[in-house]
Amino acid sequence: MKIISQISRQLTGIVTISCLCLTSLSLSAATELRIGLSGEVTSLDPHHLASQPNLTVARHVFESLVDVDTQNRLIPGLALSWRAIDPHTWEFKLRKGVAFHDGSPFTAQDAEFSLQRPLQLKSPSGGFAAYVRAIASIRIIDTHTLQIKTKSPYGALPEDLNSILIVSKKHAVNANTDDFDSGRAMVGTGPYQFVRYQRGDRLELSRFSGWWGTPPAHDKVTLRIVPSDPSRTAGLLAAELDMIEHVPSADIKKLSKNNQLKVIQATSWRTILLHLDQYRSPSPYITDLNGSLLSKNPLQDKRVRQALSFAINRLAITERIMEGLGMPAINFVSPPSFGYQTTLKPETFDPIAAKQLLTEAGYPNGFQLTLSGPNNRYINDDQILQAVAQFWTRVGVRTTVEALPMSTLLNKVRKEETTITLLGWGSFAADLAIRSLIATTNSEKGYGAWNWGRYSNSKVDQLMTTALSTIDRTKREALAREASILAIQDVAIIPLHHQVVSWGLRSGLSYTPRTDEFTLAQHVTIR
Amino acid sequence: MLRSPILIRISHSIITLFAMSIAVFLGVYALGNPVDLLINPQANQIERAQMITQLGLDQSLWVQYQRFLSAALHGNWGISFDSNTSAWSLIVERLPATVELALCAMCIAIIIGLPLGLIAGLHPSRWYSRLIMNGSILGFSLPTFWVGLMLIMMFSVWLGWLPSSGRGATTNTLGIPLSITTIDGLMHLILPAINLALFKLSLLVRLTKSSTTLAMLEDYVRYARAKGLTEHTIIIKHVLPNIAPPIITIIGLELGGLIAFAIVTESVFSWPGMGKLLIESINMLDRPVIVAYLMMIVSLFIAINLIVDTVLIMINPRLRKQALSLQSSLA
Repeated sequence: MKIISQISRQLTGIVTISCLCLTSLSLSAATELRIGLSGEVTSLDPHHLASQPNLTVARHVFESLVDVDTQNRLIPGLALSWRAIDPHTWEFKLRKGVAFHDGSPFTAQDAEFSLQRPLQLKSPSGGFAAYVRAIASIRIIDTHTLQIKTKSPYGALPEDLNSILIVSKKHAVNANTDDFDSGRAMVGTGPYQFVRYQRGDRLELSRFSGWWGTPPAHDKVTLRIVPSDPSRTAGLLAAELDMIEHVPSADIKKLSKNNQLKVIQATSWRTILLHLDQYRSPSPYITDLNGSLLSKNPLQDKRVRQALSFAINRLAITERIMEGLGMPAINFVSPPSFGYQTTLKPETFDPIAAKQLLTEAGYPNGFQLTLSGPNNRYINDDQILQAVAQFWTRVGVRTTVEALPMSTLLNKVRKEETTITLLGWGSFAADLAIRSLIATTNSEKGYGAWNWGRYSNSKVDQLMTTALSTIDRTKREALAREASILAIQDVAIIPLHHQVVSWGLRSGLSYTPRTDEFTLAQHVTIR
Repeated sequence: MLRSPILIRISHSIITLFAMSIAVFLGVYALGNPVDLLINPQANQIERAQMITQLGLDQSLWVQYQRFLSAALHGNWGISFDSNTSAWSLIVERLPATVELALCAMCIAIIIGLPLGLIAGLHPSRWYSRLIMNGSILGFSLPTFWVGLMLIMMFSVWLGWLPSSGRGATTNTLGIPLSITTIDGLMHLILPAINLALFKLSLLVRLTKSSTTLAMLEDYVRYARAKGLTEHTIIIKHVLPNIAPPIITIIGLELGGLIAFAIVTESVFSWPGMGKLLIESINMLDRPVIVAYLMMIVSLFIAINLIVDTVLIMINPRLRKQALSLQSSLA
């Protein structure tokens, strides 16, 4: 028996070593990069659905006029420069010498077509229209100059244009989603070109030799779709994948200790926050400790909101529950973003002050409420909900947790059946975040579309509107910061933390982690 | 007038399909509004309203059902909200992968399960029979998810013998992309097929064992032995055909279940089949796909059961004669 087990152990060792040798040999021969993506790709049409997985794969084949660097700041993309020649008109100078994958040159006509396509798509689209909504008209000045007129002065046009990818007019005119999924219309200006797409399995790309930028390190890229967290990690451990995105929090320590692999992290643009019901009095689901409805909505009292914020130990959440994948937050946007205010500091954990404030506000014994949130959307979201509920219960606000799949939660929110709700929000700029999250709800202008608590502060609205219509970026950032300070001091929402995004790679590769969470093969280099 | 049992079955099936379509439609409607998941967070309320109208979600439930039914009868099962392609083509695209996996798993379960169950049933008190039965308990107790991950850990990460996820290279056989025809495809197929087969294998082992034990006690076996037939002949010619009906019925039902609900295995191994499509559609509230999928599954179950019933009639000499004589009297 002993001999058999010894022999089998040796055999296993030999087999493993030979397999590793074979794989390493094959890796050094061809420069192929195999990436494990964490979300399902639904369509290759870059203007169909604005989901992170769809945009991730699209950004290998297509590019936008305005690009974004790893620190969430705008840089030239297919447009070399842009400026506002008057409050209503922006002039974009396009990059010369850029070719599409079929060899035809990129001109202003393709840009104009791509900017108009989201509104013309007859199929139900995932709301790319929102990014071109501000555009009144587009004028082609010459083959490489474009003038865009906005309906009203709008300083965030460059940010919006980052989300519109430029397609070849020749191939995409009258193209529907099937044309993109089959590859016929997948002609872009990006560093990689389409080879093969197997829905639900993988997308294969090969390097485009005529790309205008620095040639990427890998000839072949395979984007594998592996939404199951353990399978993705196993793929990296088994050397079947060279890189994976979104390393599960429980595996980060183990992968970091592995000599063959490394884990890189960056603060993501996503902020996890709590919306508080501030528009209804009484609030239908806030009761006293005996279960009878409170006549007044306690959340409308700033002291109560402040108390709830003090009661949360954000460090405990980020260190224990997020296992390091979070950074306590106070701003709407994460540190490198436009409008981040460095003088604001995350709320300190102070349950005594919390209890004091509650007593001052007239709730010495606390009250009861329900905390709602998703359980399948953000990193460890349901655990965050449970932790927050416990922190609040300790200071006297007895909290019940309602964790639902995102689809069901959104349904409840639209029906106004929640009191305090968790949401994650990623944005380039503080004023854009404020516009969606806490601006007074206005369906015509599109303000406050995600203002679940219906917070309304006319001063904040004013600052936000002025900021967005300011073309000068320095002035605009100052206004955005001012609006943020005002809103945060008034506890419009309770920010919890900024997520930290992680990637796992083979040690021989190098990637600068991105704030916008995108995994782009063209930026992966070989050390 | 004699009515053919086949026609009766078919009319029942149509009624079932109709009832299922209503149940499915209502159930999916209750899940929530898909627009909330599809709409870009930056979109405003007007764009949202536009999208709702575009998708036809502003109509009353009854109107939506009518539109769905009339389109379905014309072969149009709706456009997926997420992928913007026809729901039917999405399912058909993924069908070969799932059917391939399900059939392989079923084959493994039958080829290993039946003989093991037979052996255990013939000599129930021997040590190997007891081993087989205890093994079968493990087989259906261990959760599929866990077993799949353990298989990946052992064979992909530690030993590095087999790939951890995905489907291998495919070749077009009769217009259908099959991966079983290539070595790479087979390597990718082994682990998920074993994972999927484990539960069914255990079920078959136990079923075969109990049927065999009971059959061996029957009178006809004693008479056959008295006649002088060898054990071998008794088992193959007499016992097997008699224990076949319940086993074939179960296999048919389980096959339908394998094709429809190999969700866990497909998720763990990232196998691009219909199960993963279903889960993703439920998460994203892609109603056309969910509805088309469920209707397809119902049709599949009905078809499989029809085939199983026919096979049972054919292998039973008494029923076979009855069915054939009915045919001739009708003619």
